[in-house]
Amino acid sequence: MDNNYADMMLEQLFCEHPHAREFFGAIGLSALPEGQTLGNTVAALDEELLLDVGIERHDLLRQFRDYMAGMEQLRNQQQAMVASVTVLGGHDKSGNLENFKLELRPGEVTCIVGPTGSGKSRFLADIEWLAQGDSPTGRSVLINGTVPDLARRYAVEQKLVAQLSQNMNFVMDLSAEEFIRLHAESRMVTDPSAITATILDLANSLAGEQFIPTTPVTALSGGQSRALMIADVACLSSSPIVLIDEIENAGIDRKRALELLADQDKIVLMATHDPILALMGQRRLIFKNGGVASIRSTSPAERANLALFEQMDARLTMVRNALRNGEEIAGNW
Amino acid sequence: MRLITVAGPPSSGKTAIICKTAEALQAAGISVGVIKFDCLSSGDQVTYERRGIPARTGLSGNLCPDHFYVSNIEECLDWGLQSGFDLLISESAGLCNRCAPHIKDVCAVCVIDNLSGVETPRKIGPMLKMADIVVITKGDIVSQAEREVFVHRIRQVNSSAVIIHVNGLTGQGGHELGRLLKDAAAVDSLQGKLLRFSMPAALCSYCLGQRRIGADFQMGNVKKMELG
Ligand SMILES: Nc1nc2c(ncn2[C@@H]2O[C@H](COP(=O)(O)OP(=O)(O)OP(=O)(O)O)[C@@H](O)[C@H]2O)c(=O)[nH]1
Ligand SMILES: Nc1ncnc2c1ncn2[C@@H]1O[C@H](COP(=O)(O)OP(=O)(O)OP(=O)(O)O)[C@@H](O)[C@H]1O
Ligand SMILES: [Mg+2]
Ligand SMILES: [Mg+2]
Ligand SMILES: [Zn+2]
Ligand SMILES: [Zn+2]
Repeated sequence: MDNNYADMMLEQLFCEHPHAREFFGAIGLSALPEGQTLGNTVAALDEELLLDVGIERHDLLRQFRDYMAGMEQLRNQQQAMVASVTVLGGHDKSGNLENFKLELRPGEVTCIVGPTGSGKSRFLADIEWLAQGDSPTGRSVLINGTVPDLARRYAVEQKLVAQLSQNMNFVMDLSAEEFIRLHAESRMVTDPSAITATILDLANSLAGEQFIPTTPVTALSGGQSRALMIADVACLSSSPIVLIDEIENAGIDRKRALELLADQDKIVLMATHDPILALMGQRRLIFKNGGVASIRSTSPAERANLALFEQMDARLTMVRNALRNGEEIAGNW
Repeated sequence: MRLITVAGPPSSGKTAIICKTAEALQAAGISVGVIKFDCLSSGDQVTYERRGIPARTGLSGNLCPDHFYVSNIEECLDWGLQSGFDLLISESAGLCNRCAPHIKDVCAVCVIDNLSGVETPRKIGPMLKMADIVVITKGDIVSQAEREVFVHRIRQVNSSAVIIHVNGLTGQGGHELGRLLKDAAAVDSLQGKLLRFSMPAALCSYCLGQRRIGADFQMGNVKKMELG
């Protein structure tokens, strides 16, 4: 840990730590004069300038040190290993005990089904916020088999859960390539260019229609956007758990998408009403009245049926395409 | 009584997250009151009262709402004490992005939304830079990547705050924000307490009502831009 930033020459500091320059730019001090140590530069800053950017002199170096320490931590830890997440049952809305112990491991896909208001989102929130009997459900969550350090609850950089849902859109005005690169840089990845290329390739392999790196993210189709989000979450998100709120059928290979997340050792939880998706998981949780009413592993018989449903789905896709092509939907489908 | 200052750009979701958090707190038997500061009009008081949260509104008219806030917060605190709240929350929108209602030793929250764009954290002054808790809203409509980049940008300007995502519509995260607010410092008097950062000197002729353009009419604290 290098704590003597104040004694470093500014240009040396910026050269060794490109993120240092970004910090001062963000604060509103992008045009610092070079040729002095950081400490002296800060000491010589005009009082009025500090007032303008809204920071106090003594606070500036402290903030800088905290920021650099945080970035260093990001770089080193990348992802604290989560080998398992255990959920210990609490009670449903009527107070009936749930009596289950559920262990989730990287690479597993667990589906969540149940009517609206049955407690699916609360269950996901219990995991996200590491409930310790202190949420409305009384559930507890263990990480790697032990009670987690509760400081982790509010450590946003170590957030356990990444989310993907149907309502999510890109709002940034950047090309796909610039966008992923920006994400990679904020994650302190060592080779942002390589990971960006990988993610764009993966996204294209999931999406029905190809897009090029210079396509603006806001111009991507629904399926392309979803594909890019999934590839990005799989490869770049810091969070070991991925929550999916339905993946719509819009031109994306959903099976491969789930496989991709599982291959990247994500723990996948997916709320869905789609029978094909529900059967793609290793198991499913069935919710009623705020509680987990039962847990089912996908049986061999169900897997056989899944194959059948997928054929039905493929047939429907053919009808859809035929419709699009202006064909008559006659004959034996 | 605990006092919490909630600030954030207009429409960032302050009222939404205060409502959701108050709901979770009230369910745990903690009573909450809200004071809303705005310039011209605000429907927030009605929104709060409809949800069973006692509220009062202060309209600053043509004063900067944050300056107005400082001159009134002591009386507001008295109102909260008399009403017997466990928690009093002030809601204000920093209109100039430069004033901040945050007070030393009083829990300071800044609400900022994912839709406002990744450059926004750089544009907001002490309201964000000096907050103890930064609440990010509207995460339900942007991608995970944008959420992560947004957090990073906030970290750059406030390296020590607790950053937390709360959904103003579903209330996800509200329970957890409530847990943080419940542990805020108790405040029984504001006499002599300090603002975290000075408010900009709004003392040019235009602050005083001048409408005419031209050097002859500019007095007091006038600053000129450099056009090179
Ligand atoms: N999608 C989404 N919308 C939200 C969220 N939080 C708030 N909103 C919406 O954003 C709009 C503004 O929210 P308010 O809570 O009124 O914002 P405010 O900061 O109190 O606004 P002022 O008091 O007018 O400054 C409302 O339409 C909310 O429903 C969120 O997390 N997700
Ligand atoms: N075990 C429980 N005890 C008490 N309250 C609960 C419990 N489980 C859920 N709740 C509450 O019930 C409400 C509805 O739950 P939730 O939002 O999780 O439902 P959902 O299944 O996600 O519904 P939807 O399908 O509409 O999204 C929430 O306010 C939640 O906090
Ligand atoms: Mg839900
Ligand atoms: Mg409001
Ligand atoms: Zn102001
Ligand atoms: Zn003025």
